[in-house]
Amino acid sequence: MPNFEFGGKSYDVDEEGYLQNPEDWNKEMAEEIAKTEGVEMTEKHWEVVNFLKDYYKEYQIAPMIKILIKEMAKMFGPEKGNNKYLYELYPSGPAKQACKIAGLPKPTGCV
Amino acid sequence: MSETPLLDELEKGQWPSFVSEIKKSAKKNKKAEGLLGQLELSYKEKKTHWKHGGIVGVRGYGGGVIGRFSDVGEEFPGAAHFHTIRVNQTAGFFYTAEALRKICDIWDRHGSGLTNLHGSTGDLVLLGADTDSLEDIFCELSKEGWDLGGSGGGVRTPSCCVGPARCEFSCYDTLALNQDITMTYQDELHRPSFAYKWKFKFSGCPNDCVAAIARSDFAVIGTWRDDIQIDQDAAAEYVQNGLDIQTDLLAKCPTRCIEWDGSLRINNPDCTKCMHCINVMPKALRPGKDKGACILMGAKAPIVQGALLASVIVPFIRLQPPYDEIKGIIKKIWEFWDENGVARERIGECIQRVGLGNFLEAIGVEISPQVVTQPRDNPYIFYEEYYEEEGGEG
Repeated sequence: MPNFEFGGKSYDVDEEGYLQNPEDWNKEMAEEIAKTEGVEMTEKHWEVVNFLKDYYKEYQIAPMIKILIKEMAKMFGPEKGNNKYLYELYPSGPAKQACKIAGLPKPTGCV
Repeated sequence: MSETPLLDELEKGQWPSFVSEIKKSAKKNKKAEGLLGQLELSYKEKKTHWKHGGIVGVRGYGGGVIGRFSDVGEEFPGAAHFHTIRVNQTAGFFYTAEALRKICDIWDRHGSGLTNLHGSTGDLVLLGADTDSLEDIFCELSKEGWDLGGSGGGVRTPSCCVGPARCEFSCYDTLALNQDITMTYQDELHRPSFAYKWKFKFSGCPNDCVAAIARSDFAVIGTWRDDIQIDQDAAAEYVQNGLDIQTDLLAKCPTRCIEWDGSLRINNPDCTKCMHCINVMPKALRPGKDKGACILMGAKAPIVQGALLASVIVPFIRLQPPYDEIKGIIKKIWEFWDENGVARERIGECIQRVGLGNFLEAIGVEISPQVVTQPRDNPYIFYEEYYEEEGGEG
């Protein structure tokens, strides 16, 4: 199994870099995972990641994108609750990048 | 002895074989070679060696590339990453040889060289890319004017029949509508945010050459409202030339609305636009002049639940640029779906769950007789005015 090296320790990830054990996650590590995705974490990025973590904690599943968009709109207003905004923060897609940075399991895509 | 005895079996017989094609590519391409080895192993062990899932993609897009990872990548390094790239096909599948050669050249340089023209959604499919080469492939395809298709829970690459480009029966310009819809919904196509997939398919006439009625969430099928056009002389010529009009035409009309007594008579209000008579004598019969399309919704293949055929939603709509009316309907449907859809539930299943009557009311489409399968036989439709009147009396 591939590893992610951080702070002198090695963590299990799958071949796409998703953490295998959510309890391994911490904020500093998230910043480091973001770098591997070419994402510089700002407050705006954290708003998305924090929402994902809260949602996961409550439901043990990553939200559908449409729920992410709706909830972002509720919490931060319509200018942050849309697809375009999320892709500006996470150019390869919120499902792929924000979930990875939040240490959530890989969302199961469909073909 | 051959290294792929089981796959060799699939090359026997008179038909073309995908194994022969993979073998040809494997001689010059490491990825195809890896695929061949893994596939033989799969036949030997009677199980797949593709792992479940995987999210890969290119910057700015949430779809268009489907991740394929091997669980025997160490044994077959070429197959370790074998991602599928969907390239948005041209409307009606019209390509120049030069354009296809350029795609093949890009694909030979960066991928396995193996293609699938076309996938069932309609895309031009490139099979077997490494994660590291995705951006380069996307960049080169873009330079040549291509774009990626759809995947995941969003608008899938719209697809249409050849339409008026090559077919005289087409009741609207399928290619133009296909192009317009593709360009209008770029965001929904490339940045999927629906509960599940959404397929648009456009057929020019009820022959439905893209099988829109069976495999698209939103099928637009050309039709007409007036009478079938008849050329009696041409019809007589078919009969003179040996057409058995009773057996091959009259008896096969599903509503028996066509008669022959030396000339053809059609009871047009009974015609269900099955196209059979027109297909039998295309020189003598053609669709009417008052042309447009019928919108049907909800078809799907069996994945999460069983297969569904589409139901009529709008019996007749005129289709002229800028297509505001149809786009207005789509907007209302998506608003409804956004509120009511659940994950991995297609719109057809959603309509069944909430009831067709409720769905039509929510999207503001008036219920018409064409939506009802048979009188007194459709559980979806509930005529409220009628009910209220009776209730008032009682």
